[in-house]
Amino acid sequence: MDFQLTKEQEFVRKMVSKFAENEVDPIAADIDKEHRFPEETVEKMAKYHIMGIPFPTEYEGAGGDCLSYAIAVEEIAKKCLSTSTILSAHTSLCTWPIYNFGTDEQKAKYLPDLCSGRKLGAFGLTESGAGTDAAGQQTKAVKDGDEWVINGSKCFITNGGYADIFVVMAMTDKSKGNRGISAFIVEKTDKGFSVGKTEDKMGIHASSTTELLFENMRIPADRLLGEEGKGFKVAMNTLDGGRVGIASQALGLAEGALETTITYMNQRKQFGKKLSQFQYPAFIIADMATRIEAARYLVYYAAWCEDSGVPHMIPAAMAKLYAAETAMFVTTKAVQLHGGYGYIADYPIERMMRDAKITEIYEGTSEVQRLVISSNILNK
Amino acid sequence: MALKIVVCAKQVPDTNVIKINPKTGTLIREGVPSILNNDDANALEEALKLKDKYPDTFITVISMGPPQAKDLLIECLAMGADEGILLSDRAVGGSDTWATSNALAAVIRKIGDFDIIFGGRQAIDGDTAQVGPQIAEKLNLPQVTYVQKFELSDDMKTVTVERNMEDGYEVIKLQTPCMLTCIKELNEPRYMSIDKLFGIKPEAIKVWSAADVEVDLNTVGLEASPTNVFRSFTPAPKGKGITVAGDSPKELADNLLIGLKGKHVI
Repeated sequence: MDFQLTKEQEFVRKMVSKFAENEVDPIAADIDKEHRFPEETVEKMAKYHIMGIPFPTEYEGAGGDCLSYAIAVEEIAKKCLSTSTILSAHTSLCTWPIYNFGTDEQKAKYLPDLCSGRKLGAFGLTESGAGTDAAGQQTKAVKDGDEWVINGSKCFITNGGYADIFVVMAMTDKSKGNRGISAFIVEKTDKGFSVGKTEDKMGIHASSTTELLFENMRIPADRLLGEEGKGFKVAMNTLDGGRVGIASQALGLAEGALETTITYMNQRKQFGKKLSQFQYPAFIIADMATRIEAARYLVYYAAWCEDSGVPHMIPAAMAKLYAAETAMFVTTKAVQLHGGYGYIADYPIERMMRDAKITEIYEGTSEVQRLVISSNILNK
Repeated sequence: MALKIVVCAKQVPDTNVIKINPKTGTLIREGVPSILNNDDANALEEALKLKDKYPDTFITVISMGPPQAKDLLIECLAMGADEGILLSDRAVGGSDTWATSNALAAVIRKIGDFDIIFGGRQAIDGDTAQVGPQIAEKLNLPQVTYVQKFELSDDMKTVTVERNMEDGYEVIKLQTPCMLTCIKELNEPRYMSIDKLFGIKPEAIKVWSAADVEVDLNTVGLEASPTNVFRSFTPAPKGKGITVAGDSPKELADNLLIGLKGKHVI
């Protein structure tokens, strides 16, 4: 067993860590406060090819691997979960399904813009009545000659207000349940498409979360992604990979929270001693570090499985579940260690705890991960 | 005509992290990350800016050091350089600035054809600022140190630079080929680019031995070095200065006088 990263992976960490330190960290608190989507950071990530890491160079990707992508997401999330959410949704939920399920024509048309970051991607599965229960889709797509006519809406869509290209699920045959779902590529300029309400969230304020509305939206027949009726498979496979992205985000957030807490504990003095010199807080740091280490190996293993062609559904579900709960554990404890200062926005830990919660919810709640894991174990 | 540029770069310990063992006076290198020397990053960036403008420009980064200094070349190639050459040989180990410049001049002679050599002003581990100028002397090239602004003429035959001085700057025009040493005011170095990182071909990084560059072994290495490090130490931090306050020049002068007399300076 070799726990060594490759040279490239080490350098990806070095590069993205420096980038996050200089470009992401300085504005993280402000964009959270202002609920502002950091367009300038997305542009910079595009410039340095962070927006298309695990895709081949023929599509203007960086030609890297999934573990390198996971490391990049982790490093950005150490400083700002919102920014890592933008990167993760773009890469895992839009570019990846087009790369994996697209026809040669679709790939040639969409991937260069997405991999280079000239255009931003998003993914639309969730509806007000269909979250975990994907088969409850109300959005309908009806074939009309050479076109699909789509009606309905999506909610809680990451990057919704800023994306150019969307992978959207819709029912093409309601009677077939999950087998009646199909995936489509939607462009923001499509007639009948509009962005609805922007959500006001507990955390990740700088990430754009919106409704998508389709009113008699007509798109050409060749926008069908994958086969008709195979949209559920597209969505589930996409989410398997997406979970590695979210797990990396949660891991990075937990690491960032630990780092900032260590700094605080080495400065803050009570009763004439630094906080780090008291055994109780020091032991909490030990627990945080140990859980983070465990999460790291789950996340890296899931990414490695994806790179190696090993089935990664279960590793990804375990990584997402554990890393998200670690992020919540670490940030909650970190706020407690900061005391009153942890509860005010002057210190980053307040934002980090608000941000952490979403990692237990989006792209499959912790309960869904437990469902995936347990059913695989029990139904063997 | 395609420009050919050589950039001299050094892998150094990150001095923000490094400490000196107070007993032995040596650097504690364990666990200290190695980085591309700051001024050398500015040197490479200026070369890359030329490549942005003239895409057929070919940039060779050269370095000298142990085999792990190859990492530095990976970083330079991921930033956009075309080729990296590491001179790595026990024969050149322990070289001081004179011996190092002999070795690097031999590397550049071996490369042969070039228009400009960019180097950093100095390395943060030694702070000598001697290697760049020595290379220029040994290659018989015109040189300017402390370059804070750079411009290449359209015919690529002359460069105009600003040389930073303590109290201003000089504007100097010189012909190519030439050697320039750069300071941080010159530019803002770019990051590595992920696509360039994954696109590095193994053959783009070469490791040369002393024999490969045909250097006189009596002019390189520890034995041949005319200088050696006598002692390293962390300078004691200076105390905070005193600000003399006063509402008028006269009052200021009075207060200064009182302070100096009080300390028995005058």
